[in-house]
Amino acid sequence: MRLGLVMSEVGQGLRRNLSMVISVVLVTFISLTFVGAAILLQMQITQMKSYWFDRAQVAVYMCTEFSTVGGCDQQAATPDQVALVEAQLEGETLAPFIDTFYFETQEQAFANFQEQFAGDAVADLITPELLPEAFWVNLIDPTQSAILADALGGLAGVESIVDQRSYLDQIFDILNASSLTAIGIAALMLVAAALLIATTIRLSAFSRRREIGIMRLVGASNRFIQTPFIIEGVVAALIGSVLAGLAVVGIVEFFVQGYLAQTLPLTSFVGLSDALLVVPILLGAGALLAALSANVAITRYLRV
Amino acid sequence: MIRFDEVTKVYRGTARPALNGVSLEILSGEFVFLVGASGSGKSTFLRLVLKEERPSTGAIHVLGQDLGRISSRKVPYFRRNLGVVFQDFRLLPNKTVFDNVAFTLQVIGKSKGFIHEAVPDALQTVGLDGKAQRFPHELSGGEQQRVAIARAVVNKPAIMLADEPTGNLDPETSAGIMALLERINANGTTVIMATHDAGIVDRLQRRVIEVIGGRIVRDERGGGYKTQATPVVSQGFGMAAPAAPASTGDHR
Repeated sequence: MRLGLVMSEVGQGLRRNLSMVISVVLVTFISLTFVGAAILLQMQITQMKSYWFDRAQVAVYMCTEFSTVGGCDQQAATPDQVALVEAQLEGETLAPFIDTFYFETQEQAFANFQEQFAGDAVADLITPELLPEAFWVNLIDPTQSAILADALGGLAGVESIVDQRSYLDQIFDILNASSLTAIGIAALMLVAAALLIATTIRLSAFSRRREIGIMRLVGASNRFIQTPFIIEGVVAALIGSVLAGLAVVGIVEFFVQGYLAQTLPLTSFVGLSDALLVVPILLGAGALLAALSANVAITRYLRV
Repeated sequence: MIRFDEVTKVYRGTARPALNGVSLEILSGEFVFLVGASGSGKSTFLRLVLKEERPSTGAIHVLGQDLGRISSRKVPYFRRNLGVVFQDFRLLPNKTVFDNVAFTLQVIGKSKGFIHEAVPDALQTVGLDGKAQRFPHELSGGEQQRVAIARAVVNKPAIMLADEPTGNLDPETSAGIMALLERINANGTTVIMATHDAGIVDRLQRRVIEVIGGRIVRDERGGGYKTQATPVVSQGFGMAAPAAPASTGDHR
């Protein structure tokens, strides 16, 4: 009985304010889509970090005939110098920090280069002499590359020591910035959504002020008077949340998996299971936002 | 039943109190006319009884409850003991007569079965049994006020507050409404009616409380709208008035 009455009030309210309800749906939709995108970007960053940081190596490049930087003077590293570096890597001071390492000759480097840049014009210009010999080191703790730089940086025949993580950091900075932008936009849109929901509910309450006046007069409990309005806000916001959830799943399915993953096959991207994890968060956030702002709006309206 | 102790009400932003040091007691089963010019404080009095406003100073007891101590969450439950009628009827235009009366019961959570018993009963009491499915705009003013009265009494309240219920009606229709209110009073409901209608007050000869500028200047039983009797200026609870007509048992 009471439930039926409440639901019919909700239906009436939604129909009466259709244009406002549609705007609530749209604003919630857009803002929650941004929220979902931000969450997915963070997931992507975490995923890439754990994938790449484990694989990131420290390269100890030896001198070539053409290099002038570091300890080089246009002289290729001699076998003795290479042996000295190898001895250092195996020595007592560095060995505890090193997981594994291997030596890459100029021919191997050339082969890798040809493979990596196959079809690119630059592949034809490069000869093995141009590419440095290198030790590729996997550290036990990937954050401690400074130890290698300290220990090997001054040695003769060592051109430079490069931590691959420094390349990755730039990529992650860009991804983080875009994720923060998405969060910023989402926050602004959420404020707009909350205010719009509050306004819609106040309008709905105003159009039913006769009923509310009589309900108050005859002793309907505040909760009974409030409930239809709160449900009204929640229903509108939930429609928006569902659309946002569909949008997020769609983006992951068709853009990330359907396009990005095909174009960049070596990178792992967020998948459908991640997107499905985000959807309930969006639904919950939408419902909570609407319930809170509708509650504030209607309580202010009911205050004596 | 209703007791005011030195109640003063000053609305925010005004210097002159709407009610000023009012003390009175209304007993169960009484029929009380509240008379006085517009702005004298009659409506403030009714709003205070309903706890739509809180007094600036003083205490109000209604039905044994101290209104200052009722939490705002409990106010709706308190109001279920009161029925209210206004000059402008305040019916819902998009609901039928039946639904207007039933609305009161629906929103306080009464069962369908109870509603289908109580609403026709109330409509019969006010003499509208044949018009349950009409809409308010199809009814005359007097009939609309009867619907409002049915709505006020359908939950069998202990107290009925009427704010100029005959203000919009012609004398003949007013007489019908008054007969109805007397009948409701005779069934044990305390009725407090604010009015400007001298003819009605003079004819019924009930307790009359006259308010001027927020003060009670007269409280007499069996009085008229204007009386030659010496004004009793809010002295005690106005119990020194002459004996009332025997009909309704004022001291119940």
